[in-house]
Amino acid sequence: MASTTTAAQVPGTSTTVGGRSQRNVKTLPLVAPSVVILFLWMIVPLAMTLWFSFQYYNLLDPSVGGFAGFENYTFLLTDPSLWTAMMNTIFLVFWVLVITVGLGTLLAVLFDQDFYGRSIARLLAIAPFFVMPTVSALVWKNMLMHPVNGLFAFFSRSLGLPAIDFFGSFPLTSVIIIVAWQWLPFALLILLTAIQSLDSEQKEAARMDGAGPFSMFFFIILPHLGRAISVVIMIETIFLLSVFAEIYVTTSGGPGLASTNLAFLIYLRALREYDVGGASAAGVIAVILANIVAIFLVRSIAKNIAD
Amino acid sequence: MSTIVLKSIQKNYGAVQVIKGVDLSIDDREFCVFVGPSGCGKSTLLRMIAGLEEITAGDLIIDGQRINDVPPSERGLAMVFQSYALYPHMSVADNMGFSLRLAGVSKEERRAKVAEAARILHLDKLLDRKPKELSGGQRQRVAIGRAIVRKPRVFLFDEPLSNLDASLRVQMRIELARLHDELAATMIYVTHDQIEAMTMADKIVVLQSGIVEQAGTPLELYHHPRNLFVAGFIGSPRMNFLPAKVTAASDGATTIALANGANLSIPVRAGRQRAGDAVTLGVRPEHMRLAGEGELVGEVMVVERLGGETFLYTQLTDGTMLIVQADGEIPTSVHERITIKLDPAACHLFDSGGLAIERMERHPLANLRRLPTRKAS
Ligand SMILES: Nc1ncnc2c1ncn2[C@@H]1O[C@H](COP(=O)(O)OP(=O)(O)O)[C@@H](O)[C@H]1O
Ligand SMILES: [Mg+2]
Repeated sequence: MASTTTAAQVPGTSTTVGGRSQRNVKTLPLVAPSVVILFLWMIVPLAMTLWFSFQYYNLLDPSVGGFAGFENYTFLLTDPSLWTAMMNTIFLVFWVLVITVGLGTLLAVLFDQDFYGRSIARLLAIAPFFVMPTVSALVWKNMLMHPVNGLFAFFSRSLGLPAIDFFGSFPLTSVIIIVAWQWLPFALLILLTAIQSLDSEQKEAARMDGAGPFSMFFFIILPHLGRAISVVIMIETIFLLSVFAEIYVTTSGGPGLASTNLAFLIYLRALREYDVGGASAAGVIAVILANIVAIFLVRSIAKNIAD
Repeated sequence: MSTIVLKSIQKNYGAVQVIKGVDLSIDDREFCVFVGPSGCGKSTLLRMIAGLEEITAGDLIIDGQRINDVPPSERGLAMVFQSYALYPHMSVADNMGFSLRLAGVSKEERRAKVAEAARILHLDKLLDRKPKELSGGQRQRVAIGRAIVRKPRVFLFDEPLSNLDASLRVQMRIELARLHDELAATMIYVTHDQIEAMTMADKIVVLQSGIVEQAGTPLELYHHPRNLFVAGFIGSPRMNFLPAKVTAASDGATTIALANGANLSIPVRAGRQRAGDAVTLGVRPEHMRLAGEGELVGEVMVVERLGGETFLYTQLTDGTMLIVQADGEIPTSVHERITIKLDPAACHLFDSGGLAIERMERHPLANLRRLPTRKAS
């Protein structure tokens, strides 16, 4: 009896395996073009950047050229401004994450409640995400934070206080505020969807167990949001490492290097000086740094998500 | 001591009235089951008792105290949800001890109480697991454990077994009955499954679209259904209904004529029935038998053999379908013609409004209670 059953099962199993591998063979030609294009899309610029980073190559001075060895790299890595820019980058990423995740969670809890005009309020809260970075930076620079024309200056003047020159006195903080304003909707959107997926019976069970608003938030809602928060942190970090437009439009990295991050430093050192070799080397350094961050982030978050 | 009294409880969602005035009293240590078709308002009623839904009108009284406006956690009730609603990021022990933790109970005491509940539910070895590492039945037990730990006055269950497979459901049913006895607590249990209701309840409350159709012991509902709805809802397979006409009504028996002309004398009180009134005869499949001579003749369309008994889905000559329960040993096959004899003493009669006409004699077991034998500790 047992042997018959086994014998009957084997052909069944082998057909599924055969069917699956057959499908792989058939779909490969269909998938191949997009894979090849994506691969080239990535590898060609990377290879060119690598190549240029080992060359003397300045657009203003065609006379110099040829293999530079690691000179482009040593020039950059010994530049003290690199460390300033790195610290600024980390500072910017960290605080924008803190603000967007913190406020995003609170707003998500708020928008999860029922109140009059909720859908309009949600739409308004999400709107900043649709404004281009350059435009929003300009709006903040000229209409809100401007020491003469700005709304904030108007408020402080009407309170009899001196107007604050945001970009002069707190350049990096100002940039952080602008970038956080732009990314808050993203965090809110993801966290709100996550909150809405929380089983209502779970909340009711907690209510019956005696959980008030605070215990509900810390014991039920926050743990439920863990995964979504990880996703927000991962995606935002990738984009925040390369913030550029907001700095370019508002402070141009200044005063001095006070609001220069890595992306902006590459632009300063290399493109403004038309040094393609130096720019490429800085680009490679930025890619390596981004990858180091990404490896740690993806590792820890993938573990978190897998749980 | 926990008695629950509901006084004309109502619930409106906007303009829609979902619970239309429910009066009910549940005794101490009673196992009360709300049963009814899906959407009849069972969950809403239970959630109002729990405090998760506001009560639109009426009084909810537990142990003599009106608790309409008392928040859920202070009513001294515990609820087991259909989806279990375990906290996924907490271990079994933390899930069970969560309410104690919120109440500020010390770690030692918490551990002792959780261990006690785990012992009752045989969860001792699973205390460190997360809910997702448990089977459906184990999760169910954790959910019950979470309720036990709180030592509530009343346990509330909302379809707790409907996510389990059939054999596990039977097992949990027995376990719940044992638990009810062991904890000697008042329990309210919601289900749409009349078998669960019949097997577990001290008192069944049959609901339909927000009103109580009948409340009573399982056998009272089985032997003395108050109307057509209850008669059709309680019992499996459901009761057969046949149109009939009263030919003679006297005190002691009412004689009726079926559509095929057969006469039958049913021992019900005369009441307001007059000769010529249209009535409905109700007879359960188990109160019919195959005989050489009988009131009904039909053709068997489907045969369901369960081993111990056989159900014959029979079409009468006028087209009505009838379910007949027969012995498991009978050789009857499809398309055979059978003659059916009814047991008049077990037949029910309903007037044209669908209300049952009172029977002459009350069934001796109709008031039988399955009260807990042990005293509350
Ligand atoms: N939040 C709500 N808003 C409006 N109607 C509701 C709401 N909750 C339940 N109902 C309605 O109340 C009725 C009873 O629901 P419920 O108590 O869940 O039924 P069940 O007996 O299946 O548990 C249903 O018709 C349902 O549509
Ligand atoms: Mg329900």
